[in-house]
Amino acid sequence: METLTGFFTSPMMVELMWTVAQIFAVIVPLLIAVAYLTLAERRVIGLMQLRKGPNVVGPFGLLQPFADALKLLSKETILPSGASKAVFVIAPMLTFVLSLVAWAVIPFGEGMVIADVNVGILYLFAISSLGVYGVIMAGWASNSKYPFLGAMRSAAQMISYEVSLGLVIITVIMAAGSLNLTDIVMAQKDMWFFIPLFPMFVIFFISTLAETNRAPFDLPEGESELVAGYFVEYSSMSFALFFLGEYANMILMSGMTTTLFLGGWLPPFDWPILYLIPGPVWFALKVALVLFVFLWVRATTPRYRYDQLMRLGWKIFLPFTLIFVVLTGGVLLGFGLLPQ
Amino acid sequence: MIAPLFFYLFALMTVVSGLMVIIARNPVHSVLFLILSFFNSAGLFVLLGAEFLAMLLMVVYVGAVAVLFLFVVMMLDINIDEMRQGFRQHLPLGLVVGLILIVELMMIFTQDVSSSNILATNVSGELSNTAMIGSVLYTEYLLNFQVAGLILLVAMIGAITLTMRHREGVKRQVISVQNSRTRNETVQIVSVDSHVAPKVLEDSRAANKQLK
Repeated sequence: METLTGFFTSPMMVELMWTVAQIFAVIVPLLIAVAYLTLAERRVIGLMQLRKGPNVVGPFGLLQPFADALKLLSKETILPSGASKAVFVIAPMLTFVLSLVAWAVIPFGEGMVIADVNVGILYLFAISSLGVYGVIMAGWASNSKYPFLGAMRSAAQMISYEVSLGLVIITVIMAAGSLNLTDIVMAQKDMWFFIPLFPMFVIFFISTLAETNRAPFDLPEGESELVAGYFVEYSSMSFALFFLGEYANMILMSGMTTTLFLGGWLPPFDWPILYLIPGPVWFALKVALVLFVFLWVRATTPRYRYDQLMRLGWKIFLPFTLIFVVLTGGVLLGFGLLPQ
Repeated sequence: MIAPLFFYLFALMTVVSGLMVIIARNPVHSVLFLILSFFNSAGLFVLLGAEFLAMLLMVVYVGAVAVLFLFVVMMLDINIDEMRQGFRQHLPLGLVVGLILIVELMMIFTQDVSSSNILATNVSGELSNTAMIGSVLYTEYLLNFQVAGLILLVAMIGAITLTMRHREGVKRQVISVQNSRTRNETVQIVSVDSHVAPKVLEDSRAANKQLK
C-alpha cells in the first residue's frame, strides 16, 4: 500500500497526471463545442433560409446533438465484405485523433497551452496536412467507386490548398519573427495581423474552407454526384468519428485563424478593463465568430466546379501569396520592421 | 527514464514498418507502412532535440511526397501474382546486391571513423535549432541551397514539358475571354413579325389533318 501511494505521489506520476488533466480540460470542452457546432450549423442555416431548424428536442433544440449521437450509437457497424478491413477501421480513428492532437499547441491564454513547443506553427501545419490520410485511406479501403472518387478529389484539393496555406503562414511567421504560437500572439499586441496582412487573411480563410472540405469547396462529399463522398460505406460510430473529426477540424482551423490573424486570446483593444475578461473567453468568442462565417458561407455560396477549384488554388492563390511573401519580406526589411 | 523508452519505441517501429514496406503483399499497404516509418523517424528527430527537422520531415515527406506516392500507387492496377512470377528468376541478383550492401555497411562500421561523424548528437543549445539551421543555410551553404532548388526546378519543368500536349478539339474555359465579352456580341435582339407564329400554327394543324 505504501509503495502504491509512493508511486502515485512520485514527481513523474504527478506530472503525468497533471498532463492528463490538462488534456481533458481541452478535449471535453472541445467535444461539447463540436456537438453544439452541429446544432448551431443547422439552426443558423435554418434561419438564413427562413425556416426554424431543429427546435423540438429540449429547450431551443439544445438536446438535439445528444439525440443524434444516441441514434448513431444504436446503429449497426457495417464492414463491407470487399473492404480492406484494417485500413477501413483505422481511417476514421486517424481522422478523429488528428483533429484532436493538434490542439496541444494552441494557446488559450497567457501560458495556457499544453505543449509550448518552439515550432508550434509547423506542428499545426504538419498535423493538418496529415488529415488527408484519413480521407484517402477511407476512400481506398471501402473498395467502392463513390468513396474512391471522393477521396481522390479530396486529396488533390487538400494538397493544392496546403501550398497557399503554407505561404500565408510564412508571411505571418515573418511578421511575428517566431514559430512559437504564444510569441505569434504576443507579436499582435499592438495590432492584430489581419489589418496589415488583410489579403493573406482572406486567402487563409478561403484555404481553410478548402482544407476542411466545407462549402463552397465540398466537392469530395458532393452529395448530388458522389452520394456522400469518401464515407459512403461507413455507418454508426465509424461514421460518427468522421463527422466529429470534420467538425473538430473546422474548430481547429478557426482556432488557427484566430491565433495567426485575430490576436489569439488578446482583447480587441489594449485597455486594462478588457483584461478583466479572461483570455480563453476572448479566444472562444473569436473562434465562434470565425465559425459563424464558415456557416454563413455554406448557406450563401453555390458549390464550385472542380476545374474552377483547381484554377483558384494554383493559378490565383499560389502566385498571389508568393508575391505577397516577397512583398512582406521587402517591406519588413526596407522599413526596418523586422522583429528581433 | 521516459526518453529512452520512447527512443526504443520509435526506433523499433521505424525498423519494423520499414521491413513491412517490402514484405506487405499489397502495394498500398506498403506505402502506408512507409508513411508510418517516416512518422517514427520524425519522432526520433524530436528526441534528438531537432524539432525543426522533425516537423519538416512531417510536412514535406509525410504531408506531400507520400500523399502523391499513395495517389499513384492507388491508381495503378497492380496484379500481385504477376509481380511474384519473376521472383525466383531475380532472386540471385537481389541476393548479390543485398550482400554487397551488407559488406559495404560492415566496412563503414568497422572502420575507425571518429564517432562524432556517424553518431547523431543532441544539438539543443541556447539558440533554437530553427535559428541555427537558418544561420548556416543562407550563409555558408547558400550556393548548395540554391543549386538544390534549381535542380528541382529543372525536374519540374522537365515533367511538365514531357506531359503537356495540346490536343485539338478540346473545349476549354478561358475565364478572361468570358469576362471580357460584351453585351453586344453575346445577345442579339431580333424583332419578330407577329403574324408568323399563327401562320406556323395553322400550317402544323393542316399537316396534322393530312396525316389523319
